[in-house]
Amino acid sequence: MIDLKNVSKEYPRRGHALRDVSLHVAKSEFVFLTGHSGSGKSTTMRLIHMADRPTAGEVRVAAYSSERISDREVWKVRRRVGFVFQDFRLLPGRTATENVAFALEVTGTKRSEILPRSQKLLGQVGLSAKSGALVHELSGGEQQRVAIARALANDPYVLLADEPTGNLDDRATRGIMDLFWDINARGMAVVMATHDMGLIGRYGHARVIELDDGRLVYDSAAATPAGD
Amino acid sequence: MYAIREALAAFRRAPLLTGLSAAMVGLALLVVGLFGLAAHNLDLALASIEERVEVVAYLRDDVRQNEIDLALQEISALEQVRSVRYISKRDALERARADLPDFGALFSDLAVNPLPQSLEIELRPGARDPAVVDRVAEAAMAYPFVEDARYGREWVDRLFTLRRVGAGATAVLGGAFALVAALIIATALRIAIFARRDEIYVMRLVGARNGFIRRPFLVEGAMAGLLGGLIAWGLTYATYRSVYVSLFEIVWIPDPWVAAGIGGGVLFGILSSALAVRRHLREI
Repeated sequence: MIDLKNVSKEYPRRGHALRDVSLHVAKSEFVFLTGHSGSGKSTTMRLIHMADRPTAGEVRVAAYSSERISDREVWKVRRRVGFVFQDFRLLPGRTATENVAFALEVTGTKRSEILPRSQKLLGQVGLSAKSGALVHELSGGEQQRVAIARALANDPYVLLADEPTGNLDDRATRGIMDLFWDINARGMAVVMATHDMGLIGRYGHARVIELDDGRLVYDSAAATPAGD
Repeated sequence: MYAIREALAAFRRAPLLTGLSAAMVGLALLVVGLFGLAAHNLDLALASIEERVEVVAYLRDDVRQNEIDLALQEISALEQVRSVRYISKRDALERARADLPDFGALFSDLAVNPLPQSLEIELRPGARDPAVVDRVAEAAMAYPFVEDARYGREWVDRLFTLRRVGAGATAVLGGAFALVAALIIATALRIAIFARRDEIYVMRLVGARNGFIRRPFLVEGAMAGLLGGLIAWGLTYATYRSVYVSLFEIVWIPDPWVAAGIGGGVLFGILSSALAVRRHLREI
């Protein structure tokens, strides 16, 4: 469902962020993407989200290829790829419901469906009771749940999470991880970038892909360390 | 529909910011409006002075009436000429008495009327520049019974220099003011949109189409332009009234200018918003 074929990414100032990375993520897989800061995790996520295009190689998400899709059509990929961040990126001054409803509204959902669907999504992430709270009134874990509900708004194939627990304490982290596993159990692929090896250790059955200096150096699905 | 609703919601959510950008647009356009008011009145004043440009052909005393009639007919037929009036010696004397009352006694004691009879040649609007006036004067001088033809050459030259300078200054200053207004409007709307870059970011993130993202901002730009235009119109009109009442009589700007000013504000509001949004659309 997600395919990276010999993908390299070079930024004009930073230089190589990814070098010849190939990987495949299947439907309903749970993948940890790990590595040090600057190893290329975020770049990989951005490429899958098509916020950036590879310098060489091809990124495919379902039927969409980085080689063929135009900037005007990128929205089609975005609706199929949910994205959550370490810093949540919610709209301040709006309630939890309004934040989720915003994602539905701007992607053309019928007005009559927006409110019930927003509330259902908040129910899925266990936040029904606080749906009317302004986002700054919520804890970090709760804000991340709102962000996840928003990411799920358009029924994506895959959920990308870039260090989603980086700002959370242990308890909130566990809550968010449980939520990801629930979502994954319903058939959605989850790709989570994290440098927290302790966290990865807790979920030994998940696939782990490690990047180092832009190269794919380990893939648990390949069983043996990858590399040169 | 969504675009209009969202643009109105933006006004509601951040009334100070949107109000300030509309006010900035308004003040920027006010400068243009005041300049327009001044330029229009200056133009009218110069045009009314120009109205007075005429050629006076002084006739010899021994000219015959049929010669005068012929000259009247021929000069009237010239395309640059609007009308020709014959002023007899008696008319000239009466006019002198009326115009120069201090010399009344001098004029009444005269045994012989020293003032010449003349033809006053009024020119068509647009045919009052020095070259045309010169040509008409020459045509009049061609008659043997015309002693002299005068039109205050230096005065006409100066008037036209003034008009040329006026037109040049209007174009340059007007252009500069319009440019400054444009920059201020663009900056004001850019700030307003910058304040909402998070929304644009989230919209792109969740897969809103670019057109969908752009539309509310374009409507907002148009609304800020319209509101600013109306503010500028109101303030310019208030200035006009207070000058009219307390200083001197001036004329209000022609309606098409007002419409162009407000329309320009709206159009530029849309354009500025489009450019500012485009920048943010590229971010993710």
